[in-house]
Amino acid sequence: MIPAAFDYHRPDTLDEALKLLKKHGDDAKVLSGGMSLLPMLKLRLASFAHLVDIGRIPGLDTLKEEKGTLRIGAMVRQVALERSDLIRTKYPILADAIPLIADPLVRNRGTIGGNVANGDPGNDQPAIMLALGATFVARGSKERSIPASQFYKGLYSTALAPGEILTEIRIPAPPPKSGGAYAKLKRKTGDFAVAAAAVQLTLGKNGAIERAGIGLTNAGLTPVEAVDAAKYLAGKMPDEKTIAEAAKMAAAKSSPSADRRGSVEYKKEMARVLTARALRKAVQRAGGN
Amino acid sequence: MSEPRTDAKICGMGHSMKRKEDPRFIRGQGRYIDDFVLPGMLYMDIVRSPHAHARIKKIDTTRALKIPGVLAVIDGPTLAKYNLHWMPTISADTQMVLPIDEVMYQAQEVCAVIATERYIAADGVDAVEVEYEPLPVMVDPHKSLAPGAPVLRKDKEGKKDNLAFHWQAGDKADAERALAASDVVISENVYLPRIHVASMETCGCIADFDTAQGKLTVYMTTQAPHAVRTVLALVAGHVGLSEERIRVVSPDIGGGFGGKVPVYPGYVVATFARDYHMKVELGAKKDGTMTSLKIKTVADHGYSNASANPSKFPAGLFSICTGSYDLKHAFCEVDAAYTHKPPGGVAYRCSFRVTEAVHAIERATDALAQKLNMDPAELRMKNFIKPEQFPYKSVLGWEYDSGNYGVALKKAMDIIGYDSLRSEQAEKRKKGELMGIGISSFTEIVGAGPSRDFDILGIKMFDSAEIRVHPTGKAIARFGTKSQGQGHETTYAQIVAEELGIPAAHIQVEEGDTDTAPYGLGTYASRSTPTSGAAAALASRKIRDKAKKIAAHLLEVSEQDLEWEPGKFFVKGAPQMAKTIQECAFAAYTNHPQGMEAGLEAVHYYDPPNLTFPFGSYICVVDIDRGTGDVKVRRFVAVDDCGNIINPMIVEGQIHGGLTQGIGPALYEEISYDDEGNISGGSFMDYYVPTALETPHWETDKTTTPSPHHPFGAKGVGESATVGAPPAIANAVVDALRHLGVTHLDIPITPEKVWTILKNKGVAE
Ligand SMILES: Cc1cc2nc3c(=O)[nH]c(=O)nc-3n(C[C@H](O)[C@H](O)[C@H](O)COP(=O)(O)OP(=O)(O)OC[C@H]3O[C@@H](n4cnc5c(N)ncnc54)[C@H](O)[C@@H]3O)c2cc1C
Repeated sequence: MIPAAFDYHRPDTLDEALKLLKKHGDDAKVLSGGMSLLPMLKLRLASFAHLVDIGRIPGLDTLKEEKGTLRIGAMVRQVALERSDLIRTKYPILADAIPLIADPLVRNRGTIGGNVANGDPGNDQPAIMLALGATFVARGSKERSIPASQFYKGLYSTALAPGEILTEIRIPAPPPKSGGAYAKLKRKTGDFAVAAAAVQLTLGKNGAIERAGIGLTNAGLTPVEAVDAAKYLAGKMPDEKTIAEAAKMAAAKSSPSADRRGSVEYKKEMARVLTARALRKAVQRAGGN
Repeated sequence: MSEPRTDAKICGMGHSMKRKEDPRFIRGQGRYIDDFVLPGMLYMDIVRSPHAHARIKKIDTTRALKIPGVLAVIDGPTLAKYNLHWMPTISADTQMVLPIDEVMYQAQEVCAVIATERYIAADGVDAVEVEYEPLPVMVDPHKSLAPGAPVLRKDKEGKKDNLAFHWQAGDKADAERALAASDVVISENVYLPRIHVASMETCGCIADFDTAQGKLTVYMTTQAPHAVRTVLALVAGHVGLSEERIRVVSPDIGGGFGGKVPVYPGYVVATFARDYHMKVELGAKKDGTMTSLKIKTVADHGYSNASANPSKFPAGLFSICTGSYDLKHAFCEVDAAYTHKPPGGVAYRCSFRVTEAVHAIERATDALAQKLNMDPAELRMKNFIKPEQFPYKSVLGWEYDSGNYGVALKKAMDIIGYDSLRSEQAEKRKKGELMGIGISSFTEIVGAGPSRDFDILGIKMFDSAEIRVHPTGKAIARFGTKSQGQGHETTYAQIVAEELGIPAAHIQVEEGDTDTAPYGLGTYASRSTPTSGAAAALASRKIRDKAKKIAAHLLEVSEQDLEWEPGKFFVKGAPQMAKTIQECAFAAYTNHPQGMEAGLEAVHYYDPPNLTFPFGSYICVVDIDRGTGDVKVRRFVAVDDCGNIINPMIVEGQIHGGLTQGIGPALYEEISYDDEGNISGGSFMDYYVPTALETPHWETDKTTTPSPHHPFGAKGVGESATVGAPPAIANAVVDALRHLGVTHLDIPITPEKVWTILKNKGVAE
């Protein structure tokens, strides 16, 4: 649990941070909450000669709804989300998940930016971003937006270019009659998901599902977006049979690997069971049956 | 004993005195091994083997030695020059300190890097390049014991198999006859996997050799400092270490649970074990009367038998496996196998293998109830050893000192509302919901010696107390044991306070420094209160006897005219004529009677006449998620009986901690190995230790059945809950699935294990 030596930088501005990243290239890594990066360094699974701490850069801690968009700065810590009334009342999908992420100590430090940029399929928030249809704002030499659905490329590999910093997450504010839920099975507090499902949906006037988003955690090398299942749900009444079918379709998209949390068969089945549970809860929250 | 005899100022037995050690722990002022920094101190880190079995072809240290601050890399051949490359285990087996040519388990110590800083030592480890030639691996203890298996311990001359030892108790033919004559017999294969003690503080050691004095001081996280000193003198005598010039200091310890009894190569913790594969057969008459028990165990000891068990008991006190039941016929045996796994068989808060024994009998009892279609509580009540049978001689040779099992179980049933839970369960079952109720009525066996039976490497298992009362009436008391969080500084002070009437607040308790403390075998297997606690009382009584003489002298009366109440002697019939213990203490140094030795102190080495037999009944209610197989412990009632209680709050704390360490192995914890001997569950990333959030609300209560032979009627309690809890939980889960035909589940009971059953029975969500 002792990392190799590294230099620690703590720039005061975004430009300074970008300059440092550019200067040190592959030897540099962005450090936000440090709750994933530091364990990797301590276990010597990775080593970087330069860490660029973005924690003191002003303006990365936005948390507000503006013009139909929820804006969350990359440096917003989990604890801040956990205590936010806005999140609690309007984004139950996040409110469900946050208390199930790690433990209070990790949530005091860990950031949402780090959670989604980490590229670990075990992180809970990427699947939620997929379900919510979020967009990530990145700054390199210029600013660009990347939809969450195009962000995850492989294990620990994302659409962020070397030298780019994720600055903000933008989520379309849910229209009336929307509901979301996150269902997670884990072995114990502080463990990552055996399987977990994120669901966000909106009901139409007749009670049928207008739009649905479904994301799965720890269901493959990247967070999984269950596109087919979401499509299948559109326009359908959210009855038990439909929910069961959608859950089956979502689980079919998962390709987990076996580990101490369970076998492949078990994990796939859990993806199904949890998707169904999250769907039921989301429907209920949207004011459906 | 119900009400305390002393007032709150004296704070003798029965007071829930706040722990004297806690202010420093809570404020972060404890002194743990990591807090010691000595001038010129060097640091060691260890290169470990990635293979479970391999030949070391080459250790290349060139790159490591180039790192500034790396001073040396020590390997087996270096140690061999001093004949220090092998060491004994506590079970008189041998183990490599560092290997010469072969590694025998994954993560084995291969060589050690010495550096000026901890970080540099880690860099050094990274830079050592070791070339291995992988060799065939033996991970299955059954295969290891099969005829013709390749011999693992080639270092042992003439060794032709992989049997570490065979041990048995009871009459096999008799037990088998009785089984054959039984109306019903259940047979279950019960496996208790390897688990880790996972104490908050890891093991560590600092050695400081003072060349001017020729003295070695070893600071070590050890539960048994005196034994370590003697072993050091015996093992390293040939390089000039002589026992009077070795001082072992065991500072504050952040949890031990058995993991800090042995001495490790390089003194770093390896993995810890149960690893008992037990075949349990229990027979009964139609009416439920148990007739005979037979247990055959294959124990996986890894590459060396490094158990911390008494010499004559290589499988610990496993023969307590007849449990709380009046069984007339029983036999048990253990075959211990060598495999390519870390040396194991060590204890984990288990009172020398009692966890295994209790798990076997309590699981078997439930399986029997199921087969007889009888309520498990009723079956237990029917077979309990009756109060009037104590002291009770068990068929496997123990003399249970005291017990009242039915009362404890009844109490637990009343608290939890057993009958209404059974009705609720029946209702739920109709609706397809899964709920289970599990009982464990365990009997513990703790407090080794007596020394006629118990020794470790020849050193008898007595223990000691030395008390000195100062002129102002305060005292220092030292012991051969060593607290790792049990609260000795408080409980021992309360024992002395009880006996002498000196306020517990004024009794300084010290342990762990072999230069000052009297010799003793240390703290594990719930032995401190039964041994050193008893010694504290008896040393106090010696002091009281002397103080009485002094009081008689001061009051100018004869000793026979004096009576004692906590804190003072007074003249019979004239209570105003009195001398306090403090006045006697002052006189012992300023005005002692002619012809009497000055001073007021005593030493006592206590050799218990028997072990003590704490017991209890636990009942647990679980609900099972039909979709995921997840088990939730809804309620858990623990009724414990540890005889007379020194500090009720500390006992409750011991039980809370023990119960939590009981749900750990029952539901979460396991270290397992694949066919190549690769460890999984080797770090907290995949070794699931429950947190406060996984821990149910414990409901505790007690009954009191004093030990008849202990000086103040106490029994050990440190391990009752770890021993008793796992089968209660396992029984509850099996009970929830009973109607599906399930008779047994091995621990840890993971969600997937349960879900697999639900799926196979077609009842999963
Ligand atoms: C014991 C434990 C249990 C955990 N359990 C869970 C769990 O159940 N669910 C879960 O989701 N997570 C879990 N985590 C991980 C935790 O949530 C981390 O906080 C999170 O994964 C990373 O966020 P961070 O702010 O700590 O990022 P860091 O660790 O600082 O960084 C993580 C990675 O993201 C990169 N990065 C961070 N911020 C940016 C940015 N703004 N732009 C570009 N790159 C960036 C870093 O370079 C690094 O590669 C656990 C962690 C621990 C230690």
